[in-house]
Amino acid sequence: MACYSLGVVAGDLSTIVVQAGESVKRRAAGPNVLKDPDLPFQTDAPLLQVRDLRTKLLKPVSFSLAVGECITVKGPSGAGKTLLLRAIADLDPNQGLVSVEGSDRSTVPAPEWRRLVGYVPAEPGWWAETVGEHFDDWIAAAAILTDLGFSEKAKSWPIARLSTGERLRLAVVRALIIRPKVLLLDEPTAALDAASVAAVESLLADRIRAGLAVLWVTHDAGQTRRIARRQLAVEAGNVREEIDQ
Amino acid sequence: MTSYITLSYVDLALASVLVLINAGLSLIFGLKIHRSLLIAAIRMAVQLTLIGLVLTALFSLVSPLWTGLAVFAMILFAGQEVMQRQDRRLSGWWCFGLGTGCMMMSSVLVTVFALLTAIRPSPWYDPRYSIPLLGMILGKCMTGIALGLNTLTTSLMLRRAAVEARLMLGATRWDAAGPVTRDALRSALMPTINSMSATGLVSLPGMMTGQILSGVPPVEAVKYQILVMFLIAGGTGFGAVAAVLGGVYRLTDARHRLRLDRLAAPQAT
Repeated sequence: MACYSLGVVAGDLSTIVVQAGESVKRRAAGPNVLKDPDLPFQTDAPLLQVRDLRTKLLKPVSFSLAVGECITVKGPSGAGKTLLLRAIADLDPNQGLVSVEGSDRSTVPAPEWRRLVGYVPAEPGWWAETVGEHFDDWIAAAAILTDLGFSEKAKSWPIARLSTGERLRLAVVRALIIRPKVLLLDEPTAALDAASVAAVESLLADRIRAGLAVLWVTHDAGQTRRIARRQLAVEAGNVREEIDQ
Repeated sequence: MTSYITLSYVDLALASVLVLINAGLSLIFGLKIHRSLLIAAIRMAVQLTLIGLVLTALFSLVSPLWTGLAVFAMILFAGQEVMQRQDRRLSGWWCFGLGTGCMMMSSVLVTVFALLTAIRPSPWYDPRYSIPLLGMILGKCMTGIALGLNTLTTSLMLRRAAVEARLMLGATRWDAAGPVTRDALRSALMPTINSMSATGLVSLPGMMTGQILSGVPPVEAVKYQILVMFLIAGGTGFGAVAAVLGGVYRLTDARHRLRLDRLAAPQAT
């Protein structure tokens, strides 16, 4: 598994060089700013629709995400990537229209909304001492966790002794077993070794093929190539789409 | 109740020598607290003398208006004190209003309950009973609410990621803030529980010893003290629950978000 994915990484590095050149040209030609509220949404069954979403720091942003689609989000630190995800998950005060499968967020109670639209922050929080206490359905979690290299004994592990990478992987699984329709990921593989990155990517790729829509913050251009066809770029609170392909 | 021994000002002057000795020790050991020690001692003497005069006037008037005003002033001072004891205050009106409102609600409720059911003075608001009773309940209630709110705000900040993690998994604001709420309530009620269990063994409560010094038979004084302890426990419990739940309500919103932006910026001290 590890060898296979490392091969993919190497293969993708060569394509990025070409693609990066293209994307620079396109940006010079005129950035695709998504401010127009009348921007047509994607025709193929948009699952998540975001229209004019804005907060105190985030400029209005509109885009949509189809069933089984993954969009990556890039941008410098402090640009507003996390704010964008938090606004969609409704964790910060925000204005604008957001809907999943056509149902408007304002008509859905917030706890129910967050089960439809899961969010894994860059530094996930833990409210109990051991791993197992953070999962309502440990059997379902264990099935996925073994694929990510955790042993069955992980249930009794104290959270305090886990590495950052282990915590990130646990948080991804914790969000997945709620079975959200949309998953917002904030650099879920930032602190992982190559083999773990491949395992997480393959796990999420399976879910995406099964219909999960993902908005994935990553700095890694190679990862973007592997997992997504569309990319949003965030800079100083402005979100625009980059179309490289 | 007439067998008490009155003190002369010479007696007080003699006792104040003890404070002067303390100040002298501060000078000898270079503690640099002699100044604040003396100021505190003078403040204490002046404040108590003034309150003695105020109480004398109130007790002779037995007026519902003046008694009510005195009660209100005491609650406002206590509200100010609750506010001073917060490391991170709620922003705006809530900062003073929440603690003060909860103290007013619980201490007045419990005091009136005791006046109407147990003590039954005539008239029921007789300041000789109502003011000292309220003072004792308010004092403990103030400590409880200040501790509860302070624990709530500081642990919501420290455990923000943990609270938001539960919100993200679909918990309501009350479920997500549950562990923090429980910690805040525990710390609000701990001093009351500790003082109840230590009373009589480690410490003799001031009110009871005061009654004994003024000639009340110990068994009767003890009955009063037990009543007051129950009132304090009840008042602190009601007040702290209201204040902590009010704090959770204010620091979250209807969309079940954690709203730490509703805390005022930390004071520069």
